[in-house]
Amino acid sequence: MNSPILSVRNLGKRFGLLFAARDITVSIPVQQTVGVIGANGAGKTTFINMITGHLRPTNGTIHFEGRDITGLPCRQIKGMGISRSFQVAQIFPSLTVFENMCTAAAIGRAPHTFIGHVCTPLRSRESVVEAETLLELFQIAPYRDRLAATLPQGIRKLLDIGMALAGSPRLLLLDEPTSGISIEEKFSLMQVIMSALNSRKCTVLFVEHDMDIIEGFAERVLAFYDGTVIADGTPAATLADPRVQTLISGPKVRCAVGAAAHV
Amino acid sequence: MVWSDRIAAGSAFLAAVIAGFVLPDWMISLATIAFANGLVVLGLIVMWRAGLVSFGQALYYCMGGYAVALIGRWGGVTDALLLVLLGGLSAAGVAFVVGFLLARYREIFFAMLSLALSMILYGLLVKTESLGSTDGLNVTAPTFLGYAPHQEELLVALYFLVLVVCATAALLISAYFRSLAGALAIPVRDNELRVEFMGMSVSRLIHTKLVISGLLAGTGGALVALAIGHVDPNMSYWTTSGEFVFITILAGAGSVGAAFIGSLAFESVRSFAFTMLPQLWQMLLGSVLLLTILFLPQGLGSLIQRLHWGRKAKAP
Repeated sequence: MNSPILSVRNLGKRFGLLFAARDITVSIPVQQTVGVIGANGAGKTTFINMITGHLRPTNGTIHFEGRDITGLPCRQIKGMGISRSFQVAQIFPSLTVFENMCTAAAIGRAPHTFIGHVCTPLRSRESVVEAETLLELFQIAPYRDRLAATLPQGIRKLLDIGMALAGSPRLLLLDEPTSGISIEEKFSLMQVIMSALNSRKCTVLFVEHDMDIIEGFAERVLAFYDGTVIADGTPAATLADPRVQTLISGPKVRCAVGAAAHV
Repeated sequence: MVWSDRIAAGSAFLAAVIAGFVLPDWMISLATIAFANGLVVLGLIVMWRAGLVSFGQALYYCMGGYAVALIGRWGGVTDALLLVLLGGLSAAGVAFVVGFLLARYREIFFAMLSLALSMILYGLLVKTESLGSTDGLNVTAPTFLGYAPHQEELLVALYFLVLVVCATAALLISAYFRSLAGALAIPVRDNELRVEFMGMSVSRLIHTKLVISGLLAGTGGALVALAIGHVDPNMSYWTTSGEFVFITILAGAGSVGAAFIGSLAFESVRSFAFTMLPQLWQMLLGSVLLLTILFLPQGLGSLIQRLHWGRKAKAP
Protein backbone atom coordinates (compact mmCIF):
# COMPACT_ATOMS: atom_id res chain seq x y z
CA MET A 1 0.00 0.00 0.00
CA ASN A 2 1.27 3.48 -0.85
CA SER A 3 2.05 6.03 1.87
CA PRO A 4 -0.98 7.54 3.62
CA ILE A 5 -2.30 10.93 2.54
CA LEU A 6 -3.52 11.63 6.06
CA SER A 7 -2.05 10.27 9.23
CA VAL A 8 -3.43 11.17 12.64
CA ARG A 9 -1.72 10.12 15.88
CA ASN A 10 -3.15 10.21 19.41
CA LEU A 11 -5.30 13.20 18.53
CA GLY A 12 -7.30 14.73 21.40
CA LYS A 13 -9.37 17.81 22.09
CA ARG A 14 -10.49 18.95 25.52
CA PHE A 15 -13.00 21.68 26.27
CA GLY A 16 -12.58 22.23 30.01
CA LEU A 17 -13.62 18.94 31.59
CA LEU A 18 -15.14 17.56 28.40
CA PHE A 19 -13.12 15.36 26.10
CA ALA A 20 -14.59 16.02 22.65
CA ALA A 21 -11.96 13.77 21.12
CA ARG A 22 -9.32 11.53 22.63
CA ASP A 23 -6.58 9.30 21.43
CA ILE A 24 -7.68 9.10 17.78
CA THR A 25 -5.12 7.27 15.64
CA VAL A 26 -6.05 6.78 12.00
CA SER A 27 -4.17 6.60 8.73
CA ILE A 28 -5.89 7.04 5.38
CA PRO A 29 -4.31 5.92 2.07
CA VAL A 30 -4.58 7.97 -1.12
CA GLN A 31 -7.95 7.84 -2.92
CA GLN A 32 -9.76 5.84 -0.29
CA THR A 33 -13.39 6.72 0.45
CA VAL A 34 -13.89 6.66 4.19
CA GLY A 35 -17.25 6.88 5.96
CA VAL A 36 -17.49 8.17 9.50
CA ILE A 37 -20.37 7.11 11.74
CA GLY A 38 -21.29 7.86 15.32
CA ALA A 39 -24.07 9.31 17.43
CA ASN A 40 -24.44 13.06 17.91
CA GLY A 41 -21.63 14.35 20.12
CA ALA A 42 -19.37 11.38 19.38
CA GLY A 43 -16.64 13.70 18.08
CA LYS A 44 -17.05 13.34 14.31
CA THR A 45 -17.27 17.05 13.55
CA THR A 46 -14.57 17.83 16.13
CA PHE A 47 -12.34 15.38 14.27
CA ILE A 48 -13.00 17.18 10.95
CA ASN A 49 -12.56 20.61 12.54
CA MET A 50 -9.14 19.62 13.87
CA ILE A 51 -7.95 18.33 10.49
CA THR A 52 -9.11 21.49 8.67
CA GLY A 53 -7.53 23.73 11.28
CA HIS A 54 -10.75 25.17 12.64
CA LEU A 55 -9.96 23.73 16.05
CA ARG A 56 -6.50 23.39 17.53
CA PRO A 57 -5.98 19.91 19.00
CA THR A 58 -5.08 19.70 22.70
CA ASN A 59 -2.68 16.85 22.00
CA GLY A 60 -1.56 14.56 19.18
CA THR A 61 -0.34 15.22 15.64
CA ILE A 62 -1.82 15.42 12.14
CA HIS A 63 0.33 14.73 9.09
CA PHE A 64 -0.88 15.47 5.57
CA GLU A 65 1.21 14.05 2.73
CA GLY A 66 4.05 13.60 5.20
CA ARG A 67 3.98 17.22 6.47
CA ASP A 68 3.00 18.13 10.00
CA ILE A 69 -0.07 20.38 9.83
CA THR A 70 -1.06 20.20 13.52
CA GLY A 71 -2.42 23.55 14.69
CA LEU A 72 -1.91 25.43 11.39
CA PRO A 73 -4.62 28.02 10.57
CA CYS A 74 -7.39 26.78 8.27
CA ARG A 75 -6.38 29.16 5.45
CA GLN A 76 -2.95 27.59 5.24
CA ILE A 77 -4.32 24.05 5.42
CA LYS A 78 -6.73 24.83 2.57
CA GLY A 79 -3.79 26.07 0.52
CA MET A 80 -1.99 22.76 1.07
CA GLY A 81 -4.84 20.74 -0.44
CA ILE A 82 -7.42 19.89 2.23
CA SER A 83 -10.92 21.17 1.65
CA ARG A 84 -14.25 20.62 3.34
CA SER A 85 -17.98 21.01 2.97
CA PHE A 86 -20.42 21.78 5.75
CA GLN A 87 -23.32 20.12 7.52
CA VAL A 88 -25.35 23.24 6.79
CA ALA A 89 -24.41 24.32 3.27
CA GLN A 90 -22.19 27.42 3.45
CA ILE A 91 -22.79 29.40 0.29
CA PHE A 92 -23.09 33.07 -0.63
CA PRO A 93 -26.86 33.74 -0.81
CA SER A 94 -26.68 37.09 -2.64
CA LEU A 95 -24.60 35.68 -5.51
CA THR A 96 -25.83 33.46 -8.34
CA VAL A 97 -24.84 29.80 -8.49
CA PHE A 98 -22.29 30.60 -11.18
CA GLU A 99 -20.83 33.51 -9.21
CA ASN A 100 -20.53 31.29 -6.14
CA MET A 101 -18.63 28.68 -8.11
CA CYS A 102 -16.54 31.25 -9.96
CA THR A 103 -15.46 32.83 -6.68
CA ALA A 104 -14.36 29.43 -5.38
CA ALA A 105 -12.56 28.66 -8.65
CA ALA A 106 -10.79 32.04 -8.69
CA ILE A 107 -9.58 31.62 -5.11
CA GLY A 108 -8.40 28.12 -5.94
CA ARG A 109 -6.30 29.42 -8.83
CA ALA A 110 -4.99 32.70 -7.42
CA PRO A 111 -1.42 32.88 -6.17
CA HIS A 112 -1.56 33.06 -2.40
CA THR A 113 -0.11 36.52 -1.99
CA PHE A 114 -1.70 39.83 -1.22
CA ILE A 115 -0.73 41.30 -4.60
CA GLY A 116 -1.98 38.13 -6.27
CA HIS A 117 -5.47 38.68 -4.90
CA VAL A 118 -5.59 42.31 -6.01
CA CYS A 119 -4.22 41.56 -9.48
CA THR A 120 -6.18 38.38 -10.27
CA PRO A 121 -9.50 39.14 -11.97
CA LEU A 122 -12.51 37.27 -10.57
CA ARG A 123 -13.70 36.14 -13.98
CA SER A 124 -10.45 35.10 -15.62
CA ARG A 125 -10.88 32.70 -18.53
CA GLU A 126 -9.47 29.82 -16.48
CA SER A 127 -11.70 30.32 -13.45
CA VAL A 128 -14.82 30.68 -15.64
CA VAL A 129 -13.96 27.41 -17.41
CA GLU A 130 -13.30 25.68 -14.08
CA ALA A 131 -16.59 26.98 -12.67
CA GLU A 132 -18.58 25.80 -15.71
CA THR A 133 -16.88 22.39 -15.55
CA LEU A 134 -17.74 21.97 -11.88
CA LEU A 135 -21.36 23.03 -12.48
CA GLU A 136 -21.60 20.30 -15.16
CA LEU A 137 -19.82 17.75 -12.99
CA PHE A 138 -22.28 18.27 -10.12
CA GLN A 139 -25.23 18.48 -12.52
CA ILE A 140 -26.32 21.93 -11.34
CA ALA A 141 -25.65 23.81 -14.59
CA PRO A 142 -29.43 24.35 -15.12
CA TYR A 143 -29.42 26.50 -11.95
CA ARG A 144 -26.47 28.57 -13.19
CA ASP A 145 -28.11 32.01 -12.99
CA ARG A 146 -30.35 31.45 -9.96
CA LEU A 147 -29.60 33.37 -6.78
CA ALA A 148 -28.13 30.92 -4.28
CA ALA A 149 -30.62 32.10 -1.64
CA THR A 150 -33.50 30.62 -3.67
CA LEU A 151 -32.04 27.13 -4.20
CA PRO A 152 -33.66 23.91 -2.96
CA GLN A 153 -31.75 22.07 -0.25
CA GLY A 154 -30.22 19.35 -2.43
CA ILE A 155 -28.83 21.86 -4.91
CA ARG A 156 -27.37 23.93 -2.08
CA LYS A 157 -25.54 20.82 -0.87
CA LEU A 158 -24.17 20.09 -4.33
CA LEU A 159 -23.06 23.71 -4.75
CA ASP A 160 -21.36 23.65 -1.34
CA ILE A 161 -19.43 20.48 -2.20
CA GLY A 162 -18.68 21.74 -5.72
CA MET A 163 -17.18 24.89 -4.25
CA ALA A 164 -15.09 22.79 -1.88
CA LEU A 165 -13.75 20.84 -4.88
CA ALA A 166 -12.64 24.01 -6.73
CA GLY A 167 -8.90 24.43 -6.56
CA SER A 168 -8.38 20.66 -6.82
CA PRO A 169 -7.92 19.60 -3.19
CA ARG A 170 -6.40 16.14 -2.68
CA LEU A 171 -8.36 15.43 0.49
CA LEU A 172 -12.00 16.42 0.88
CA LEU A 173 -13.90 16.19 4.16
CA LEU A 174 -17.68 16.13 3.84
CA ASP A 175 -19.62 16.84 7.01
CA GLU A 176 -22.98 15.08 6.55
CA PRO A 177 -23.38 15.62 2.81
CA THR A 178 -26.95 14.29 2.90
CA SER A 179 -28.26 15.97 6.04
CA GLY A 180 -31.55 17.75 5.47
CA ILE A 181 -32.25 15.69 2.34
CA SER A 182 -35.25 13.39 2.05
CA ILE A 183 -34.59 9.64 2.14
CA GLU A 184 -35.71 9.18 -1.49
CA GLU A 185 -33.23 11.79 -2.75
CA LYS A 186 -30.27 10.82 -0.58
CA PHE A 187 -28.98 7.98 -2.71
CA SER A 188 -29.02 9.81 -6.04
CA LEU A 189 -27.46 12.87 -4.42
CA MET A 190 -24.61 10.76 -3.03
CA GLN A 191 -24.16 9.16 -6.44
CA VAL A 192 -23.67 12.56 -8.09
CA ILE A 193 -21.25 13.64 -5.37
CA MET A 194 -19.17 10.46 -5.40
CA SER A 195 -18.85 10.18 -9.15
CA ALA A 196 -17.75 13.83 -9.28
CA LEU A 197 -15.17 13.33 -6.53
CA ASN A 198 -13.87 10.08 -8.01
CA SER A 199 -13.40 11.69 -11.41
CA ARG A 200 -11.14 14.25 -9.71
CA LYS A 201 -9.19 11.46 -7.92
CA CYS A 202 -9.93 12.93 -4.52
CA THR A 203 -9.50 11.15 -1.20
CA VAL A 204 -12.81 11.48 0.63
CA LEU A 205 -13.83 11.30 4.25
CA PHE A 206 -17.55 11.73 4.86
CA VAL A 207 -19.71 11.81 7.96
CA GLU A 208 -23.02 10.02 7.54
CA HIS A 209 -25.89 8.81 9.73
CA ASP A 210 -27.64 6.64 7.16
CA MET A 211 -26.15 3.12 7.26
CA ASP A 212 -27.45 2.30 3.78
CA ILE A 213 -25.47 5.20 2.37
CA ILE A 214 -22.41 4.06 4.33
CA GLU A 215 -22.69 0.54 2.94
CA GLY A 216 -23.30 1.85 -0.54
CA PHE A 217 -20.45 4.34 -0.82
CA ALA A 218 -17.74 3.83 1.81
CA GLU A 219 -14.77 1.53 1.26
CA ARG A 220 -13.92 1.77 4.92
CA VAL A 221 -15.82 2.91 7.99
CA LEU A 222 -14.63 4.64 11.16
CA ALA A 223 -17.06 4.34 14.05
CA PHE A 224 -16.84 7.10 16.67
CA TYR A 225 -18.09 6.80 20.21
CA ASP A 226 -17.42 9.19 23.10
CA GLY A 227 -14.66 11.04 21.25
CA THR A 228 -12.70 8.06 20.02
CA VAL A 229 -12.67 5.44 17.26
CA ILE A 230 -14.17 2.17 18.48
CA ALA A 231 -14.17 0.29 15.18
CA ASP A 232 -12.31 0.68 11.90
CA GLY A 233 -12.60 -1.58 8.86
CA THR A 234 -14.71 -2.51 5.86
CA PRO A 235 -18.38 -1.44 6.07
CA ALA A 236 -19.56 -5.01 6.53
CA ALA A 237 -17.09 -5.72 9.32
CA THR A 238 -17.62 -2.43 11.15
CA LEU A 239 -21.40 -2.54 10.97
CA ALA A 240 -21.36 -6.14 12.19
CA ASP A 241 -19.20 -5.19 15.20
CA PRO A 242 -21.30 -5.81 18.33
CA ARG A 243 -20.12 -2.60 20.02
CA VAL A 244 -21.08 -0.58 16.96
CA GLN A 245 -24.46 -2.27 16.89
CA THR A 246 -25.25 -1.53 20.53
CA LEU A 247 -23.76 1.97 20.66
CA ILE A 248 -24.42 3.44 17.19
CA SER A 249 -26.47 1.70 14.55
CA GLY A 250 -28.58 -0.57 16.76
CA PRO A 251 -29.21 -4.23 15.87
CA LYS A 252 -31.54 -3.52 12.98
CA VAL A 253 -33.01 -5.50 10.11
CA ARG A 254 -30.46 -3.72 7.95
CA CYS A 255 -27.75 -6.04 9.29
CA ALA A 256 -29.69 -9.03 8.10
CA VAL A 257 -29.97 -7.40 4.68
CA GLY A 258 -26.23 -6.81 4.76
CA ALA A 259 -25.63 -10.46 5.68
CA ALA A 260 -27.98 -11.66 2.98
CA ALA A 261 -26.06 -9.64 0.41
CA HIS A 262 -22.92 -11.52 1.34
CA VAL A 263 -24.40 -14.97 0.90
CA MET B 1 -15.96 46.41 -18.44
CA VAL B 2 -18.62 46.22 -21.13
CA TRP B 3 -18.18 48.51 -24.13
CA SER B 4 -21.35 50.46 -23.44
CA ASP B 5 -20.07 51.21 -19.92
CA ARG B 6 -16.75 52.45 -21.29
CA ILE B 7 -18.49 54.71 -23.77
CA ALA B 8 -20.81 56.04 -21.04
CA ALA B 9 -17.88 56.70 -18.69
CA GLY B 10 -15.84 58.32 -21.48
CA SER B 11 -18.64 60.62 -22.57
CA ALA B 12 -19.42 61.59 -18.96
CA PHE B 13 -15.77 62.56 -18.51
CA LEU B 14 -15.79 64.50 -21.78
CA ALA B 15 -18.98 66.33 -20.77
CA ALA B 16 -17.38 67.24 -17.43
CA VAL B 17 -14.29 68.60 -19.24
CA ILE B 18 -16.38 70.68 -21.64
CA ALA B 19 -18.42 71.95 -18.67
CA GLY B 20 -15.17 73.35 -17.26
CA PHE B 21 -14.94 75.77 -20.20
CA VAL B 22 -18.61 76.70 -20.40
CA LEU B 23 -20.18 76.84 -16.97
CA PRO B 24 -20.17 79.92 -14.71
CA ASP B 25 -17.70 80.08 -11.83
CA TRP B 26 -20.15 79.28 -9.04
CA MET B 27 -21.17 76.07 -10.78
CA ILE B 28 -17.56 75.06 -11.33
CA SER B 29 -16.69 75.58 -7.69
CA LEU B 30 -19.78 73.61 -6.68
CA ALA B 31 -18.78 70.75 -9.00
CA THR B 32 -15.19 70.84 -7.71
CA ILE B 33 -16.33 70.31 -4.12
CA ALA B 34 -18.94 67.75 -5.21
CA PHE B 35 -16.48 65.60 -7.17
CA ALA B 36 -13.84 65.83 -4.43
CA ASN B 37 -16.46 64.65 -1.92
CA GLY B 38 -17.41 61.97 -4.44
CA LEU B 39 -14.01 60.39 -3.77
CA VAL B 40 -14.91 60.03 -0.08
CA VAL B 41 -18.24 58.49 -1.07
CA LEU B 42 -16.41 56.08 -3.40
CA GLY B 43 -14.35 55.02 -0.39
CA LEU B 44 -17.54 54.41 1.59
CA ILE B 45 -18.93 52.34 -1.28
CA VAL B 46 -15.80 50.13 -1.18
CA MET B 47 -16.66 49.25 2.42
CA TRP B 48 -20.44 49.32 1.95
CA ARG B 49 -20.20 46.38 -0.47
CA ALA B 50 -18.57 44.32 2.28
CA GLY B 51 -21.41 45.24 4.65
CA LEU B 52 -19.44 47.85 6.61
CA VAL B 53 -20.72 51.39 7.23
CA SER B 54 -18.15 53.83 8.54
CA PHE B 55 -19.38 56.82 10.50
CA GLY B 56 -15.82 58.09 10.75
CA GLN B 57 -14.65 58.89 7.23
CA ALA B 58 -14.19 62.48 8.44
CA LEU B 59 -11.04 61.23 10.18
CA TYR B 60 -9.29 60.55 6.87
CA TYR B 61 -10.95 63.49 5.14
CA CYS B 62 -9.61 65.83 7.81
CA MET B 63 -6.17 64.16 7.80
CA GLY B 64 -5.90 64.74 4.06
CA GLY B 65 -6.92 68.39 4.43
CA TYR B 66 -4.59 69.16 7.34
CA ALA B 67 -1.72 67.31 5.66
CA VAL B 68 -2.04 69.67 2.68
CA ALA B 69 -2.20 72.75 4.91
CA LEU B 70 0.76 71.68 7.06
CA ILE B 71 3.00 70.41 4.28
CA GLY B 72 2.36 73.65 2.39
CA ARG B 73 3.13 75.71 5.49
CA TRP B 74 6.11 73.82 6.94
CA GLY B 75 7.49 72.00 3.94
CA GLY B 76 6.98 74.80 1.43
CA VAL B 77 5.48 72.39 -1.10
CA THR B 78 3.06 74.18 -3.43
CA ASP B 79 2.59 71.70 -6.29
CA ALA B 80 -1.09 70.74 -6.22
CA LEU B 81 -0.72 67.18 -7.47
CA LEU B 82 2.11 66.43 -5.03
CA LEU B 83 0.12 67.94 -2.15
CA VAL B 84 -2.95 65.87 -3.02
CA LEU B 85 -0.84 62.70 -3.23
CA LEU B 86 0.79 63.40 0.14
CA GLY B 87 -2.59 64.23 1.67
CA GLY B 88 -4.07 60.96 0.42
CA LEU B 89 -1.06 58.92 1.53
CA SER B 90 -0.99 60.37 5.05
CA ALA B 91 -4.68 59.50 5.45
CA ALA B 92 -3.99 56.01 4.07
CA GLY B 93 -1.20 55.69 6.65
CA VAL B 94 -3.63 56.54 9.45
CA ALA B 95 -6.15 54.06 8.00
CA PHE B 96 -3.46 51.37 7.91
CA VAL B 97 -2.65 51.86 11.60
CA VAL B 98 -6.22 52.10 12.93
CA GLY B 99 -7.17 49.31 10.51
CA PHE B 100 -5.53 46.75 12.79
CA LEU B 101 -8.18 47.67 15.37
CA LEU B 102 -11.15 48.42 13.09
CA ALA B 103 -10.82 45.27 10.94
CA ARG B 104 -11.86 43.21 13.96
CA TYR B 105 -15.27 44.87 14.34
CA ARG B 106 -18.50 44.65 12.37
CA GLU B 107 -21.84 46.40 12.08
CA ILE B 108 -22.74 49.00 14.73
CA PHE B 109 -19.49 48.40 16.65
CA PHE B 110 -17.49 49.18 13.54
CA ALA B 111 -19.57 52.30 12.85
CA MET B 112 -19.29 53.63 16.41
CA LEU B 113 -15.58 52.85 16.76
CA SER B 114 -14.80 54.66 13.51
CA LEU B 115 -16.91 57.61 14.70
CA ALA B 116 -15.03 57.67 18.01
CA LEU B 117 -11.66 57.73 16.26
CA SER B 118 -12.66 60.71 14.11
CA MET B 119 -13.89 62.56 17.22
CA ILE B 120 -10.52 61.97 18.89
CA LEU B 121 -8.87 63.82 16.02
CA TYR B 122 -11.50 66.56 16.33
CA GLY B 123 -10.74 66.93 20.03
CA LEU B 124 -6.99 67.03 19.43
CA LEU B 125 -7.29 69.70 16.74
CA VAL B 126 -9.59 71.90 18.82
CA LYS B 127 -7.16 71.74 21.76
CA THR B 128 -3.99 72.38 19.75
CA GLU B 129 -3.23 76.10 19.47
CA SER B 130 -0.29 75.59 17.11
CA LEU B 131 -2.65 73.93 14.60
CA GLY B 132 -5.05 76.86 14.72
CA SER B 133 -7.49 75.38 17.24
CA THR B 134 -11.12 75.98 16.18
CA ASP B 135 -10.06 78.63 13.64
CA GLY B 136 -8.13 76.10 11.58
CA LEU B 137 -5.43 76.93 9.08
CA ASN B 138 -5.23 78.70 5.75
CA VAL B 139 -3.95 76.77 2.76
CA THR B 140 -1.52 78.58 0.47
CA ALA B 141 -2.53 78.85 -3.20
CA PRO B 142 -1.17 75.83 -5.10
CA THR B 143 0.84 75.72 -8.31
CA PHE B 144 0.47 73.26 -11.17
CA LEU B 145 3.91 72.08 -12.40
CA GLY B 146 5.21 75.64 -12.05
CA TYR B 147 2.07 77.31 -13.39
CA ALA B 148 0.66 79.63 -10.69
CA PRO B 149 -2.88 80.71 -11.59
CA HIS B 150 -5.03 83.23 -9.69
CA GLN B 151 -8.71 83.80 -9.09
CA GLU B 152 -10.87 82.32 -11.88
CA GLU B 153 -7.94 80.53 -13.51
CA LEU B 154 -7.10 78.82 -10.22
CA LEU B 155 -10.74 77.76 -9.90
CA VAL B 156 -10.71 76.15 -13.34
CA ALA B 157 -7.28 74.59 -12.84
CA LEU B 158 -8.42 72.98 -9.58
CA TYR B 159 -11.57 71.74 -11.29
CA PHE B 160 -9.49 69.96 -13.92
CA LEU B 161 -7.18 68.55 -11.26
CA VAL B 162 -10.21 67.15 -9.44
CA LEU B 163 -11.52 65.67 -12.69
CA VAL B 164 -8.20 63.95 -13.44
CA VAL B 165 -7.89 62.57 -9.91
CA CYS B 166 -11.52 61.37 -9.89
CA ALA B 167 -11.21 59.70 -13.30
CA THR B 168 -8.03 57.90 -12.19
CA ALA B 169 -9.67 56.79 -8.96
CA ALA B 170 -12.79 55.62 -10.79
CA LEU B 171 -10.72 53.52 -13.22
CA LEU B 172 -8.59 51.96 -10.49
CA ILE B 173 -11.54 51.23 -8.21
CA SER B 174 -13.60 49.64 -10.97
CA ALA B 175 -10.57 47.44 -11.75
CA TYR B 176 -10.40 46.61 -8.03
CA PHE B 177 -14.09 45.64 -7.99
CA ARG B 178 -13.41 43.19 -10.80
CA SER B 179 -10.38 41.71 -9.04
CA LEU B 180 -10.65 38.75 -6.68
CA ALA B 181 -9.88 40.86 -3.60
CA GLY B 182 -12.53 43.43 -4.57
CA ALA B 183 -15.16 40.95 -5.73
CA LEU B 184 -14.92 39.08 -2.43
CA ALA B 185 -16.72 42.00 -0.74
CA ILE B 186 -20.15 40.38 -1.17
CA PRO B 187 -18.94 36.93 -0.05
CA VAL B 188 -17.42 38.57 3.03
CA ARG B 189 -20.75 40.26 3.77
CA ASP B 190 -22.68 37.03 3.15
CA ASN B 191 -20.55 34.41 4.86
CA GLU B 192 -17.18 35.16 6.45
CA LEU B 193 -16.73 31.58 7.64
CA ARG B 194 -16.84 30.20 4.12
CA VAL B 195 -14.40 32.82 2.84
CA GLU B 196 -11.94 31.81 5.57
CA PHE B 197 -12.36 28.14 4.71
CA MET B 198 -11.72 28.92 1.06
CA GLY B 199 -8.27 30.02 2.13
CA MET B 200 -8.66 33.80 2.32
CA SER B 201 -8.04 36.02 5.32
CA VAL B 202 -11.19 38.06 5.94
CA SER B 203 -9.47 40.51 8.25
CA ARG B 204 -6.80 41.19 5.63
CA LEU B 205 -9.45 41.72 2.94
CA ILE B 206 -11.25 44.20 5.20
CA HIS B 207 -8.02 45.91 6.21
CA THR B 208 -7.25 46.48 2.52
CA LYS B 209 -10.67 48.04 2.04
CA LEU B 210 -10.08 50.33 5.03
CA VAL B 211 -6.79 51.55 3.59
CA ILE B 212 -8.33 52.11 0.14
CA SER B 213 -11.24 54.05 1.60
CA GLY B 214 -8.85 56.04 3.80
CA LEU B 215 -6.74 56.89 0.76
CA LEU B 216 -9.80 58.04 -1.17
CA ALA B 217 -11.19 60.08 1.73
CA GLY B 218 -7.79 61.68 2.34
CA THR B 219 -7.44 62.56 -1.34
CA GLY B 220 -10.93 64.07 -1.28
CA GLY B 221 -10.07 66.09 1.84
CA ALA B 222 -6.83 67.31 0.27
CA LEU B 223 -8.64 68.49 -2.87
CA VAL B 224 -11.33 70.24 -0.83
CA ALA B 225 -8.65 71.95 1.27
CA LEU B 226 -7.06 73.32 -1.91
CA ALA B 227 -10.41 74.34 -3.36
CA ILE B 228 -11.62 76.16 -0.25
CA GLY B 229 -8.19 77.42 0.79
CA HIS B 230 -8.88 76.70 4.42
CA VAL B 231 -9.12 73.74 6.81
CA ASP B 232 -10.71 73.60 10.26
CA PRO B 233 -11.54 70.90 12.84
CA ASN B 234 -15.13 70.64 11.57
CA MET B 235 -13.73 68.51 8.75
CA SER B 236 -13.33 65.81 11.39
CA TYR B 237 -16.65 66.37 13.18
CA TRP B 238 -19.14 63.50 13.14
CA THR B 239 -21.73 65.44 11.12
CA THR B 240 -19.21 65.55 8.26
CA SER B 241 -19.03 61.73 8.34
CA GLY B 242 -22.82 61.58 8.54
CA GLU B 243 -23.08 63.73 5.42
CA PHE B 244 -20.91 61.26 3.49
CA VAL B 245 -23.09 58.37 4.63
CA PHE B 246 -26.11 60.42 3.55
CA ILE B 247 -24.62 60.87 0.07
CA THR B 248 -23.77 57.16 -0.14
CA ILE B 249 -27.40 56.24 0.57
CA LEU B 250 -28.48 58.78 -2.03
CA ALA B 251 -25.95 57.43 -4.56
CA GLY B 252 -26.25 53.69 -3.87
CA ALA B 253 -23.33 51.27 -3.80
CA GLY B 254 -24.08 49.71 -7.17
CA SER B 255 -21.40 51.36 -9.29
CA VAL B 256 -18.36 53.62 -9.26
CA GLY B 257 -20.06 56.39 -11.25
CA ALA B 258 -22.89 56.58 -8.71
CA ALA B 259 -20.50 58.09 -6.14
CA PHE B 260 -19.88 61.16 -8.30
CA ILE B 261 -23.44 61.49 -9.60
CA GLY B 262 -24.79 61.19 -6.05
CA SER B 263 -22.33 63.71 -4.70
CA LEU B 264 -23.15 66.19 -7.47
CA ALA B 265 -26.87 65.72 -6.85
CA PHE B 266 -26.39 66.27 -3.12
CA GLU B 267 -24.38 69.48 -3.54
CA SER B 268 -26.89 70.81 -6.07
CA VAL B 269 -29.87 70.07 -3.86
CA ARG B 270 -28.14 71.58 -0.85
CA SER B 271 -27.14 74.73 -2.67
CA PHE B 272 -30.62 75.04 -4.22
CA ALA B 273 -32.32 74.44 -0.86
CA PHE B 274 -30.01 76.89 0.85
CA THR B 275 -30.88 79.65 -1.63
CA MET B 276 -34.60 78.94 -1.89
CA LEU B 277 -35.40 77.99 1.70
CA PRO B 278 -32.73 79.53 3.92
CA GLN B 279 -34.69 78.57 7.06
CA LEU B 280 -35.82 75.13 5.99
CA TRP B 281 -33.02 73.75 3.82
CA GLN B 282 -32.26 70.87 6.19
CA MET B 283 -35.89 69.80 6.01
CA LEU B 284 -35.70 69.68 2.23
CA LEU B 285 -32.50 67.56 2.39
CA GLY B 286 -34.20 65.25 4.86
CA SER B 287 -37.19 64.83 2.56
CA VAL B 288 -34.90 64.00 -0.36
CA LEU B 289 -33.24 61.28 1.73
CA LEU B 290 -36.61 59.92 2.81
CA LEU B 291 -37.88 59.81 -0.76
CA THR B 292 -34.68 58.10 -1.90
CA ILE B 293 -34.99 55.40 0.74
CA LEU B 294 -38.67 54.87 -0.06
CA PHE B 295 -38.57 54.87 -3.84
CA LEU B 296 -34.93 54.20 -4.78
CA PRO B 297 -33.60 51.93 -2.05
CA GLN B 298 -30.61 51.07 -4.25
CA GLY B 299 -29.83 54.78 -4.72
CA LEU B 300 -29.57 57.04 -7.74
CA GLY B 301 -27.08 54.61 -9.27
CA SER B 302 -29.87 52.05 -9.68
CA LEU B 303 -31.54 54.38 -12.20
CA ILE B 304 -28.60 53.75 -14.54
CA GLN B 305 -28.92 50.00 -14.08
CA ARG B 306 -32.65 50.18 -14.77
CA LEU B 307 -31.87 51.95 -18.05
CA HIS B 308 -29.47 49.11 -18.81
CA TRP B 309 -32.05 46.42 -18.21
CA GLY B 310 -34.63 48.39 -20.18
CA ARG B 311 -32.29 48.36 -23.15
CA LYS B 312 -31.48 44.69 -22.73
CA ALA B 313 -35.14 43.81 -22.52
CA LYS B 314 -35.85 45.64 -25.76
CA ALA B 315 -32.98 44.02 -27.62
CA PRO B 316 -34.14 40.97 -29.61
